[in-house]
Amino acid sequence: MAGTAVRRRLSWVVATVATVTDETDSVRTIALDLPDWPGHQAGQHLDVRLTAEDGYSAERSYSIASADGEPVAITVERLDDGEVSPYLTQELRPGDQMEVRGPIGSWFTWGPHDGGPLLLIAGGSGVVPLRAILRHRQRSGSNVPARLLYSSRSLEDVIYREELDQYRGNAEVRYTLTRRQPPRWDGFAGRVDDAMLDRIAWPASQRPLAFICGPTRFVEAVAELLVARHYPESRVKTERFGGA
Amino acid sequence: MALDGNAIGGLLLEIFAAEMTSAEATCAACGAVRPVAETTVYHRGPGTVVRCRSCTSVLMVISRVRGLNCVDLSGIEVLRVRPASG
Repeated sequence: MAGTAVRRRLSWVVATVATVTDETDSVRTIALDLPDWPGHQAGQHLDVRLTAEDGYSAERSYSIASADGEPVAITVERLDDGEVSPYLTQELRPGDQMEVRGPIGSWFTWGPHDGGPLLLIAGGSGVVPLRAILRHRQRSGSNVPARLLYSSRSLEDVIYREELDQYRGNAEVRYTLTRRQPPRWDGFAGRVDDAMLDRIAWPASQRPLAFICGPTRFVEAVAELLVARHYPESRVKTERFGGA
Repeated sequence: MALDGNAIGGLLLEIFAAEMTSAEATCAACGAVRPVAETTVYHRGPGTVVRCRSCTSVLMVISRVRGLNCVDLSGIEVLRVRPASG
């Protein structure tokens, strides 16, 4: 952790793929072997650079899915018209190499000293950095109360479902399924709205710390709802992603 | 599609050799103060354009010209960067 604060040059290093794990039909977690990794904070990301034989290269940013002290991992969603994600989710094998640089970011990060209570709101693969926050919270023995509201198209699209379901009393995890709900579904359905937040958002008087990550429109809609609930802007941290 | 300042953390670290996403930028047009992470970023196209989330004025333009990063900061009145600790 301390190493991440030291001023340093950001340089590309070669990472070796250690393992690949399919999370859903279109999402894969890639654990990397990075011998000189300086450690990271929950919520940070790294940049990946892939270079083709003809010299053409493409860079993308991915949130780090693991807690500090665990092997560095990223979780990638395949976008069928993407340039990089189909390769990462379908072609990449253990032992393959890629260039990475990081860790990057100091705003959308959480450590036990940042306190809470934590309100984590994810849209789709926006759950990745929030999962890192929950893992870090648990590994560090933090007793900061935490709630995750995770918006997903369907239950099959929920990433890390088994892991998230294990939090039970320790952290409250709720799903809202926007497109398709299984029979007898007793969770939320539809887009994140005020009625859901009535049930899951800590009152502003408790000085909650909110992290919202997802597609741009999702993040902006949810941030607006929280600010309307008198969450100060400085306690609503947002990260938006686009297709790549 | 607009992203936010988190998306250019790596690029800014490359240019400034400092973690910039929590640096606070004061918009020269409207005076709003926000961390770089919470600015609006258009990252596709010939360069990177960073806009104020309050008034949409351009805060920063980064373009890569013949291998050099050219950074226009004229839309930012003050940039407060926390010194690295540790």
